[in-house]
Amino acid sequence: MTGVLSVGRPTRPDSAEPSETPAHPGKGLAQDEPLIFELGGWDKSGVDFPTEARGAGLDASDLEGLMRAAPPRLPGLSEPETLRHYVRLSQKNHAIDLAVYPLGSCTMKHNPRIGEKLARLAGFADIHPLQPIFTVQGALALMNELAHWLKTLTGMPAIALSPKAGAHGELCGLLAIRAAHEARGDARKTVLVPTSAHGTNPATAALAGYQVAQIAQTADGHVDLADLAGKLHPDVAAVMVTNPNTCGLFERDVIEIARLTHEAGAYFYCDGANFNAIVGRVRPGDLGIDAMHINLHKTFSTPHGGGGPGAGPVVLSAALAPYAPVPWLTHGEAGFDLTEEATGEAGSSLGRMCAFHGQMGMFVRALAYMMSHGSDGLRQVAQDAVLNANYVKARLSGVMTASYPDGPCMHEALFDDRWLEGTGVSTLDFAKAMIDAGFHPMTMYFPLVVHGAMLIEPTETESRRELDRFCDTLLELAAAVRAGDVERFTGAPFHAPLRRLDETLAARKPRLTWTG
Amino acid sequence: MRYLPLTDADRADMLAVIGASDIDALFVDVPKSARLAGPVDLPGHAGELAVERALGALADRNRAAGAGPFFCGAGAYRHHVPASVDHIIQRSEFRTSYTPYQPEISQGTLQVLFEFQTQVAALTGLSVANASMYDGSTACAEAVMMAARVTGRRKAVLSGGLHPHYASTTHTLAHSAGVETRRLAVAIDAERAVVEAIDTQAACVVVQTPNVFGAVTDVTAVAEAAHAAGALMIVVTTEAVSYGLLRSPGEMGADIAVAEGQSIGNGLNFGGPYVGLFACREALTRQAPGRLCGQTVDAEGRRGFVLTLSTREQHIRRDKATSNICTNSGLCALAFSIHMSLLGGTGLRALAEENHARARALHGALASTPGVEIITPRYFNEFAVRLPKPAAEVVESLAAKGVLAGVPFSRLDPEAGLDDVLLVCATEMTTARDIAAFAGALKAEIAP
Amino acid sequence: MRFTKDHEWVELAGDTATIGITAYAAEQLGDVVFVDLPAAGKAVKPGDALAVVESVKAASDVFAPIGGEVTAANDALSGAPQTVNDAPEAAGWFVKLKVADAAEVEVLMDRAAYDAFLQTL
Repeated sequence: MTGVLSVGRPTRPDSAEPSETPAHPGKGLAQDEPLIFELGGWDKSGVDFPTEARGAGLDASDLEGLMRAAPPRLPGLSEPETLRHYVRLSQKNHAIDLAVYPLGSCTMKHNPRIGEKLARLAGFADIHPLQPIFTVQGALALMNELAHWLKTLTGMPAIALSPKAGAHGELCGLLAIRAAHEARGDARKTVLVPTSAHGTNPATAALAGYQVAQIAQTADGHVDLADLAGKLHPDVAAVMVTNPNTCGLFERDVIEIARLTHEAGAYFYCDGANFNAIVGRVRPGDLGIDAMHINLHKTFSTPHGGGGPGAGPVVLSAALAPYAPVPWLTHGEAGFDLTEEATGEAGSSLGRMCAFHGQMGMFVRALAYMMSHGSDGLRQVAQDAVLNANYVKARLSGVMTASYPDGPCMHEALFDDRWLEGTGVSTLDFAKAMIDAGFHPMTMYFPLVVHGAMLIEPTETESRRELDRFCDTLLELAAAVRAGDVERFTGAPFHAPLRRLDETLAARKPRLTWTG
Repeated sequence: MRYLPLTDADRADMLAVIGASDIDALFVDVPKSARLAGPVDLPGHAGELAVERALGALADRNRAAGAGPFFCGAGAYRHHVPASVDHIIQRSEFRTSYTPYQPEISQGTLQVLFEFQTQVAALTGLSVANASMYDGSTACAEAVMMAARVTGRRKAVLSGGLHPHYASTTHTLAHSAGVETRRLAVAIDAERAVVEAIDTQAACVVVQTPNVFGAVTDVTAVAEAAHAAGALMIVVTTEAVSYGLLRSPGEMGADIAVAEGQSIGNGLNFGGPYVGLFACREALTRQAPGRLCGQTVDAEGRRGFVLTLSTREQHIRRDKATSNICTNSGLCALAFSIHMSLLGGTGLRALAEENHARARALHGALASTPGVEIITPRYFNEFAVRLPKPAAEVVESLAAKGVLAGVPFSRLDPEAGLDDVLLVCATEMTTARDIAAFAGALKAEIAP
Repeated sequence: MRFTKDHEWVELAGDTATIGITAYAAEQLGDVVFVDLPAAGKAVKPGDALAVVESVKAASDVFAPIGGEVTAANDALSGAPQTVNDAPEAAGWFVKLKVADAAEVEVLMDRAAYDAFLQTL
């Protein structure tokens, strides 16, 4: 058997009494809220239609035999009930607008509201993707401007805007690499990925039809060059490296990684999830990369929305540019144009990654963010992000164990659970106690290369006051660990809308929909 | 800078705490040759007003759908979204939260996902739905790859009625994963030819209803043929409002149903962000892509929700995951779910009936326009017409006169030889005046 | 009962071997929530993927410790995966194999050797 999770993380609370009867105790203004299916409203609607549309006057006899016997069995709510339902639910969520959201590798920064305002302009929000090209010149100009900013910031000659999130961008990059190898009759089978990589990297490589081989990591948290060199055989299509990496460190040998990769006839894919640490200070193009996706929902601050939507444009080197997916944004005599088919001038294109042209709503927000900061402000973004992470690392080191204490980190600080050894408190317990203290936990148990990982990414939009409040709280919690106040941790959280949830029950007896 | 709280004094103090001489000392791992001495060659920072003016000017160069008569569909539909939907999705706790990795402080998002999954399952007539995909086209590609895993077969049959963007997306994504797609000839009644193309090599057959020409078909016979050959049937829907009126994919025998959910709760947005719906039979759950939210209890026995069956996903299974998807379309799924909660089943039915009625009104107007031949027999809110001249030329000309007359089929598939075919759509947004303006302009345009 | 360094056990009776994961492995996995078992008739060589055992946060491949043909899978685990935690080396068995070469079993560790191996981890 392989792959046993050695960190031993419990996934069900000790005191769980599986119960089918929900209790609704309610606490102060923290309202309990049933499911919409439990609020009645089976024959109700919160939307009014002209009377003739109310079933009576409308003839749909032409669809005889193709119609549902009855409307879908779903409840409707009046507008006041709807507002109550969702506002109550919203109050059970943490948000970046409430406090620091220190999830390492996630770049939870402030989301400027100007992006929301601009994305709602009718000229962006109310245009159809297949309107005649001459009626959407402003939208294409915006895409062109966004492309210019992203290419300039990365120092790369080409870009594909259509990928819809980071993992979709990774796939786009690997498919371009695959197409480039196939075009020269050199189909290859393997992609090398470091052990510290995001799970999307190996998953994407497999989806792109490659076998995945791992590259070892050195004791100080970097790609092991000797191991890489040994594995770069002629069957390797690409090396995927996150830089800065998931330990929060800049791969100082990155230029050599690129050289070795190219020498072996492979391409260098850079996972740009952590671009926030270096934007304006380093152009990945100067490091020798061939492709990199940019999470607009991280570095360029489009909101995460509880899990999306994101946007994952991919910058490409000159060698990969001919294989970029359609649509291609081109400059015609009458203005901007779109090449939407992988034929003719785009005959080498890898094809289409999705319907239409990409996440326009995210493009507007990201460009507004970049223009607001400007080239000077974006450089300051990276500097403040790195400064804040190093400040947190400096304040917590000595109490918590930093995994890589020597030298600076980049945008995130990695700690492990050595300092918790023998205390009876785990990384999970510590994280849950942070909730009681008013903070969202950091990323836990990732990256996999250290034991009981705690990965803290404060981002540049935290004030020193908020950072101090955060660090003071963690130090106070650490003192409680050392004082032996184990109960405060192992039972936590006590003050959240719910106590620890029974994930084992959820997985053993999946209930994925309401069934009455 | 208005988004950066640190002052220079803060920065100096913090560097002292860190023990670094200056900010450059923190970037010491960057190779010297790659260190930029100053800002890159892009404009400097700008105030909010300046950014509003610059991007507002770009917005003004687009012709908004609402600025005049509008008849475009073909995978993106213009519907009315109640004001409360946009108000709710702008709440900080929804808009600025992350994927719900800490369930104790993410119950808002998690309960919404559970409700969303239940709504999608009810609409598609299947028992399980996931927490969303990027959009309908990528959901279609994921469904095909899932069918290949379930059946152990490597071939997918795509109906010629499938939206061409969906077909090409599916080909791109499935091909490298070792699944070959066979797209059948494009035709209004393409579903007829599907049954004969199914063989025991096929992992699945993909049919769309209403199809890209707007044609509504009963695909029960396709399901029977697929199942007899040991293949799955995947039903694609690009217009989710049609669920209100038409038989569901599940009722017609679908094993997997995917859809573009944009029509409910989400605007046109020039093609994105949208929200992919994904539902399947319960027995297939462990091969499904994407996140699943499930019900459980907390330490005090109270009902709560968590992300579950995560061993399918990339962050645990890595190269053996069912998909590489991580970020999905959470906030668009929320918008969908709120709009659906307002509508309810009866409201969706009424909305669907109204859409159909408007399309019939459009049908009537165009049918009486000389030179226009209506070629979609039975439709929901969208149908195809044949014009006496290239549809793209007609659309360009009418757009110059203020009428967005629909989508020329050649825009979606220039190789199909259907240059004279125009796809037109009407929704509850379409007024009688719009229809009259369109019919009048079209009559003048194609008059001999 | 014989053991492997991958924390699997094999018990031979006649030419049929019963295979499962050890108590140590079950403990390390935490709450088992799902076991993906092969169909009867599947032929395996030593080292082939035989089953997948899942906890909430991990999925682990179980490799065939010996070669043979699967004659039965423990279908009771689909409704009661917790049996793997409750009785890993008894009712929580995974599959029965018709053994190709009994000598493959003989070279595996006995209980004492496995216990000693666990001490080294």
